[in-house]
Amino acid sequence: MATTLGKSNSGSAFGRSIPRVEARAKVTGKAEYVHNLRLPGMLYGKVFRSTVAHARIRGIDVSAARALPGVHAVYTAADIMRLVPDPHYGPAFHDQPVLAIDKVRHVGEPVALVLAADPHVAEAAAQMISADYEELPAVFDEIEAMTSKAVVHEVLKPAGTFPDLKHLKGKRDTNIALDFHLRRGDTQKAFAAADHVFEHTFRTQQVLHLPLEPFVTVADPTPNQLVIHTASQSPSFVRIEIARLLGWPENKVRVKVPYLGGGFGAKLYIKLEALVAIAALLAGRPVKISLTMEEQFYQITKHAATLRIKSGVSKDGKILARECEVWWNGGAYADIGPRVTQKSGFTAPGPYDIDHVAIDSYALYTNLPAAGALRGFGIPQLVWAYESHTDMIAKALNIDPLAMRRKNILKEGRPQATGTLMRDAGIEQVLERLAQRMQWEKTFDRGSGKLRRGRGIAIGFKASISPTTSVAIVNVSADGSVMVNCSTVDMGQGSDTAMAQIVAEALGVPVESVTLVHPDTDVTPYDMATLGSRSTFHMGHAVRLAAEDARDKLMKLAQEVGLSAETTSIPDIFRKKYGMQAGNIVGVGSFIPSYAPPDAQGQTDNATPFWMIGATGAEVEVDTETGEFKVARLVNLVDVGRPVNPAIVETQISGATLMQLGFTLTERMDFDAGQVTNASLADYKIPGIRDVPAVMENEAVDMVQQTGPFGAKGVGESGTFGVSPAIASAIDDAVGVRLTSLPLTAEAVYRGLRANAGKPLQD
Amino acid sequence: MTTHKSISFTLNGNPVTAHAGNHQNLVELLQGQGLFGARESCAQGLCGCCTVVVDGQAVSGCLTMATLVDGADVRTIEEPQAGEGGLDAVQQAFIETGAFQCGFCTPGFILMTRQLLDAHPNPADDEIRHYLAGNLCRCAAYPEIIKAVRLAAKKRRG
Repeated sequence: MATTLGKSNSGSAFGRSIPRVEARAKVTGKAEYVHNLRLPGMLYGKVFRSTVAHARIRGIDVSAARALPGVHAVYTAADIMRLVPDPHYGPAFHDQPVLAIDKVRHVGEPVALVLAADPHVAEAAAQMISADYEELPAVFDEIEAMTSKAVVHEVLKPAGTFPDLKHLKGKRDTNIALDFHLRRGDTQKAFAAADHVFEHTFRTQQVLHLPLEPFVTVADPTPNQLVIHTASQSPSFVRIEIARLLGWPENKVRVKVPYLGGGFGAKLYIKLEALVAIAALLAGRPVKISLTMEEQFYQITKHAATLRIKSGVSKDGKILARECEVWWNGGAYADIGPRVTQKSGFTAPGPYDIDHVAIDSYALYTNLPAAGALRGFGIPQLVWAYESHTDMIAKALNIDPLAMRRKNILKEGRPQATGTLMRDAGIEQVLERLAQRMQWEKTFDRGSGKLRRGRGIAIGFKASISPTTSVAIVNVSADGSVMVNCSTVDMGQGSDTAMAQIVAEALGVPVESVTLVHPDTDVTPYDMATLGSRSTFHMGHAVRLAAEDARDKLMKLAQEVGLSAETTSIPDIFRKKYGMQAGNIVGVGSFIPSYAPPDAQGQTDNATPFWMIGATGAEVEVDTETGEFKVARLVNLVDVGRPVNPAIVETQISGATLMQLGFTLTERMDFDAGQVTNASLADYKIPGIRDVPAVMENEAVDMVQQTGPFGAKGVGESGTFGVSPAIASAIDDAVGVRLTSLPLTAEAVYRGLRANAGKPLQD
Repeated sequence: MTTHKSISFTLNGNPVTAHAGNHQNLVELLQGQGLFGARESCAQGLCGCCTVVVDGQAVSGCLTMATLVDGADVRTIEEPQAGEGGLDAVQQAFIETGAFQCGFCTPGFILMTRQLLDAHPNPADDEIRHYLAGNLCRCAAYPEIIKAVRLAAKKRRG
């Protein structure tokens, strides 16, 4: 394929629904996952885990496990500390030990590790280990954690990389890992002047990502490097953090990531990597750990949260002031929870134009499995609360839900709670298009007899995590084929395809001539992580800049050898220069958006490089005799800027929506004394094909992100925002039962119906 | 604690002899043959990621003991197909409709779809949903999967 840099190819790559570049590998079962990897001499690791939620470890008896034939080694924290004296890790706090040291803080915490060449032997041996615990009082509830005498961590240990966490260093006897506060205007005065003041409290439950490829990592101690093959969304972070733990330079740690069998925010920062890396170094052999589905329930979860919102409202529905208090149940280790607390906390008042705002957001330690980021970084919890609250106010004031939103919506150019002016944020466009598709102004069939129908709408927004860096390399070979080296991880969202399209567009070459080099920290440069819908914008810019750099260099090369780059094929330029098919042109791109950190009042004029907008309309049918309900129709609208690949974007919107449908209707981790009692797919119900609503419509509104690569921005999370509150409002609309806790169950609806009828059920 | 026995079976049309432990499942047996398209995920036969076709019937590889396939005809997602580029109509339809994201569950969906279309060449949407209810996709590409099944049915009818 002789390609030129000619303009004729421009505009042919971006915005087209080409199939995924890895499609063939995926339909033949040959796509590469860490799951597939086996190395010569490899040992399998099996983790022995805590059975109690909070305890001092008096002793661990590993003698029987060590004696089992076929066991290569059994390690406890004492062994880990021979290699790494302070083996604590974490992105915000260095609070998580590689194996429990002196204390366990949640059920399922890793206490010891068995290595054996046969994974069945490792499993049998792990069951022979016993630990003697002195149990401590435990705290599970995020509100109780604020004042509890049970303290999960004696001392706070912020990682030191974040300036806003420095003041927490060495703080003792508190479960508050971070408190974030925002003040704008004077809420007290505004409440006093308001016609009405409404206050509601909402709750969301603990759920988990549950990728069908459970966590898996292989570490291979080669003579010159430690090579880590891992199902991770953040290869650069893994390299830096493992190098820090070992006291090594970054280039002695090599992290490779093939495809991921789902991520959703679970496979970020350090998960299995530190344990597997240290075990491999201690054993002097490659080590692999693959978690079981049950073990996944103890690795990382989504924050349960309690959210209190209070609004002062004029009699015609204008929101004058709003106070938000949010308590995030972070579990035993902070993971990225403190970032959720702040970065999501500042959008807690919702996409509304409110002059007086106060936000208090708290990250709490409890004795539950750790919580991190799950498809929305805390936003779905916030939207659940503020959109339910919006409809409860509208109902009380007898205002139509759409009219209530139109009256208060945050318009382009207006300041958000941080003071940052809204730019390229299609809040109004998304809301209006949703109203249109729902035919909101038309009469709605409310059903009859025992089946009643209702509808609801909800809209949310999210800032991008900022500031973060992406670096990329675009390498043009002498035949005109192009390789893109970037550390963005394709976990199913289609980033390989999107990056190939952006590079092809920027270079003006056919997209078929572009391939992606998968994350390998030896050859793919730094990227903050694949999270928070940041890659299309940040890495999209980095690969665009790298492609433009390569293009400029090719132009220069053509000029140097007396050719026109516009009319000469790329191979001919190389051939003229080198006399044969030889050489490379390497372009480099690096991108970090501008950002201004918030002041003490949470104010900044530049909180985010872009805004994500998502809204959902729901129609439900409720059986008034049983409380059973079904979601008959879901309409999902998002602003993703210009879609890079419309078909993949639609799959992302509907995938996000359906995942959130699970979190709305069926998914909940149940606990007994800190132990998950439904840690399997038999008892924890994720959406299946029969749970897809009969009618589902997805649309990206016609918007352009002026600052994005070719007008694009992130898409992975926006579909989640409005789902839960839209369905809850539709239920209320149908039968007058307002639910304030997730998940929304038939039992809860039935209890509401009975309470409304003056015949409440006993608990 | 474990015993092994030598078993012989047909794997994607080729005769194979392998050593199978009495504690090993079919997924592990296939991994020993260098095939990784059948994947153990839930380990309870609930997600369909480990789907393998044994004597013409789709089974959960995680719940099928390896020694039970002695003498059987075993077919996996890796089996080359007669269609264009070694892909059959179902695989082509999954690509054309974009019926997957991460791809981890995809082999199971494709093998079940083939079985569905063998039994019901022109399935209604309800039949598709019913037949594929035992396969889970956490990326929830279900709407696209339904489209893919419809398209594959059309392609197979010619």
